[in-house]
Amino acid sequence: MIAVTLRALFCLLVAWPLLAASGQAVADDLEALVAGLGSNSFAEKARAIDAIAASGDPRAAAILEALVDGDLQTRRDDDRMVIAEAKGRTYVLRDPLSGAEIGEAGRAELRPIIINNRLRGQLRGAIGGLTLLSPDPGRRASAADAVFVTRDPELLPVLDKALARESEGWVRDRLERAAAATRLAAAEDPAARIAAARTLAHYADQDVRSLLTASSQSEQDADAREAIAAALGQVETRLALWGVLANVFQGISLGSVLLLAAVGLAITFGVMGVINMAHGEMVMLGAYTTFVIQQLVLAYAPDWLNWSVLIAIPAAFVVAGGIGILIEQSIIRFLYGRPLETLLATWGLSLILQQTVRTIFGPSNREVISPSWMSGAIEISGGLTLTYNRIWIIVFSLIVFTLLIVLMRRSGFGLRIRAVTQNRRMAGAMGIRTGRVDAMTFGLGSGIAGIAGVALSQIDNVSPNLGQGYIIDSFMVVVFGGVGNLMGTLVGAFSLGLVNKFLEPYSGAVLGKIFVLVAIILFIQKRPQGIFAPKGRAAET
Amino acid sequence: MGAFASRPRLSGLPAAITLALIAAVGIGVPLLNLLVPPGSALHVPTYMVSLLGKYLCYGLLALSVDLIWGYCGILSLGHGAFFALGGYAMGMHLMRQIGDRGVYGNAELPDFMVFLNWKELPWYWHGFDSFAFTVVMVMAVPGLLAFLFGWFAFRSRVTGVYLSIISQALTFALMLAFFRNDMGFGGNNGLTDFKDILGFNLQADGTRIGLFVASAIALALGYVLCRFIVTSRLGKVLVAVRDAESRTRFLGYRVEYYKLCVFVVSAIMAGVAGALYVPQVGIINPSEFAPANSIEIVIWVAVGGRGTLHGAILGALLVNYAKSYLTGAIPEVWLFALGALFIAVTLFLPKGVVGAVASGLRGRRAGPAITGGPGGAGERTSEAPAE
Repeated sequence: MIAVTLRALFCLLVAWPLLAASGQAVADDLEALVAGLGSNSFAEKARAIDAIAASGDPRAAAILEALVDGDLQTRRDDDRMVIAEAKGRTYVLRDPLSGAEIGEAGRAELRPIIINNRLRGQLRGAIGGLTLLSPDPGRRASAADAVFVTRDPELLPVLDKALARESEGWVRDRLERAAAATRLAAAEDPAARIAAARTLAHYADQDVRSLLTASSQSEQDADAREAIAAALGQVETRLALWGVLANVFQGISLGSVLLLAAVGLAITFGVMGVINMAHGEMVMLGAYTTFVIQQLVLAYAPDWLNWSVLIAIPAAFVVAGGIGILIEQSIIRFLYGRPLETLLATWGLSLILQQTVRTIFGPSNREVISPSWMSGAIEISGGLTLTYNRIWIIVFSLIVFTLLIVLMRRSGFGLRIRAVTQNRRMAGAMGIRTGRVDAMTFGLGSGIAGIAGVALSQIDNVSPNLGQGYIIDSFMVVVFGGVGNLMGTLVGAFSLGLVNKFLEPYSGAVLGKIFVLVAIILFIQKRPQGIFAPKGRAAET
Repeated sequence: MGAFASRPRLSGLPAAITLALIAAVGIGVPLLNLLVPPGSALHVPTYMVSLLGKYLCYGLLALSVDLIWGYCGILSLGHGAFFALGGYAMGMHLMRQIGDRGVYGNAELPDFMVFLNWKELPWYWHGFDSFAFTVVMVMAVPGLLAFLFGWFAFRSRVTGVYLSIISQALTFALMLAFFRNDMGFGGNNGLTDFKDILGFNLQADGTRIGLFVASAIALALGYVLCRFIVTSRLGKVLVAVRDAESRTRFLGYRVEYYKLCVFVVSAIMAGVAGALYVPQVGIINPSEFAPANSIEIVIWVAVGGRGTLHGAILGALLVNYAKSYLTGAIPEVWLFALGALFIAVTLFLPKGVVGAVASGLRGRRAGPAITGGPGGAGERTSEAPAE
């Protein structure tokens, strides 16, 4: 509602000069009516409002909007009607009819025109009626929505007039919705109500549903009740369908987050077999790198703030990857072949990394600003809203994944990684420096975790505990998808994301997660090698 | 099970020393608390008795992890779950003992249920008024969970890190579940405000000493039980499973049953430790299920020296003393120290403090207590191929 009002106000300000120029002819008439708004009696004000609305004057809507927003006031000195806009401590005064600026005044020099709720309702309807014929399609559409809410039967003739000359399809859609809602609420003839219900059946939003639900209870006529029930059924089916689509989107979105968090682990754990419990901390370091880059950009090149996230991607890769290589060289190298010891040592490492970050950056959350091209949302009907940052993260996760697959399958580096994991000694005999490949592979997995941190900094709190929330999920994804199988990680991430989101409406978020965890535990019992089990000799571990 | 046929050796120098030390602590600390006047340097204040009692519970918990990790190669990262379940069972009994002395004075329902507007006691709370029933539950609930978990895991031959990860997922899932208010276990706040146990006031010095002695006895019994298991033929099979699982299976042993048996025993011990822990600290809440806690237990065992039993107890005492000291004196250093401990022990002290001391004493004469880690060397050559 507020958004509608604001939008109307905005259009009004833009259209002001135009309106002011065209209305001179009926000015005197309107002036008398506007003066009537200053009356002390609410009944008189109501009459004035009706008269202004009926005048058909192009400036009428602007005056009524100023009244409903509390901007229409009287100057105490000369009882002149003005539109006052706050500017700092004082108010800029404009003439309501010409729109010309007529000076400034303090709060004490003005007397607001008081309206009550009944008048406010009347005003909304009147403004709706006036703007239904506005030349701006956006304004017509919001006016139609306003009528849909008030359902004032007196506006029906205006609605029909607007419908008759409407050329834009989507505005027509909204106008028809408003007209049908008004008829359903007010039409005397049951046949008209039935027709209205049939029209409303083509829409799928919560407002139409609650309207239909309400009127199905109050409807007296049996046929009409049946038609309303049928329409309600159709609307609910369509809403359910949109709900499923919304779940699919959220599931894919969650899946992409899981994929980002797990894909680095698919390299270090899946390919190398190193249990890296500090993987989550690599993600966390990536997120903090994003924060640091943002602060640097803010300090040195504020114009580039929108692109600091892009700068952070390679930076996070280098930081996390570098620390990964350092870890491999100083600790993990000595623990190959002892997976349980690796697990404990890297857990210790994760504690140290967390505490280090906590010491440097403090325990509280750090704010990473979303760039403008990542904020906002696309609104699709039925209450389905796709936020841009979620869409970008889905795209980003797929890009990262594709690049990784290409790297593993098509590059010399990938070939060496595969050679070393398949047969270390033979690879060494062929001249591959296996120790170096180990370090680089671990660096690659950690670097990708860092990149994941850049993406997660956009949707999660950047705190020292960021990584801990993802470590168990990441392992689940990798194990579920099949260790050593990147495609399995992709399938695992998206199926876990979807299952999680589809369970949520039935069981609540926490219980859904518990179900998924238990399901994975049972699944691993059944297929210890994951969805895509390695076949042949490699399976005999 | 025929494995018990050979006569277990309960004797041996480490066992004698360990039992003597537990007895000395179990008798000495209460005496020093009761007989020595408070002004004296040798006096042990009551809060210290409770703190030491807590450490003894941790010792029992470490013992249970050592039994499966040190002797059977099962690294459970979810043992905190069994500890917490035992603790919750005891907590439920203590909640029922509050009766109408709660804030709301409702004799039928614990405070948090009154607060949540519950009308009657959930079915699973029935029976906890009885201490005997509680004791059974303290052992039965963790034991049953361990049986179910182990039944599925060991039969499908989930081993090594996979088992570690799913056991961690298990405790994580339980933590999430217990955080929910609808579960009927007090949600976020857990169970607390206990008044008395078996009619004795929990705040009284005598009760605290009694709980301390009970913990010492439980630890001693747990040690004797573990010692009995590992020196019996069952223990030999367990070590064989740890070092070469496939070979043991090919020799005709039903590896999964041996593992299951020892896993359940271990879980019950952890449950008992939890049940003794709760009245001494006065609270049990879902954070006890946190995966980090379970991993910390493993580090106690690793520090002390796994596969030695007495090492596990020693490790639990050492690490927890260090924790109490550091979190009090310089809190920001504690996590650094704990993390460094994890790394240093795995890199430089694979046999823990006990192993290092023992090999230092014996010189080069004796062989190492543990040969190779579970999973064994050469695992990397037989890994699944990339893509």
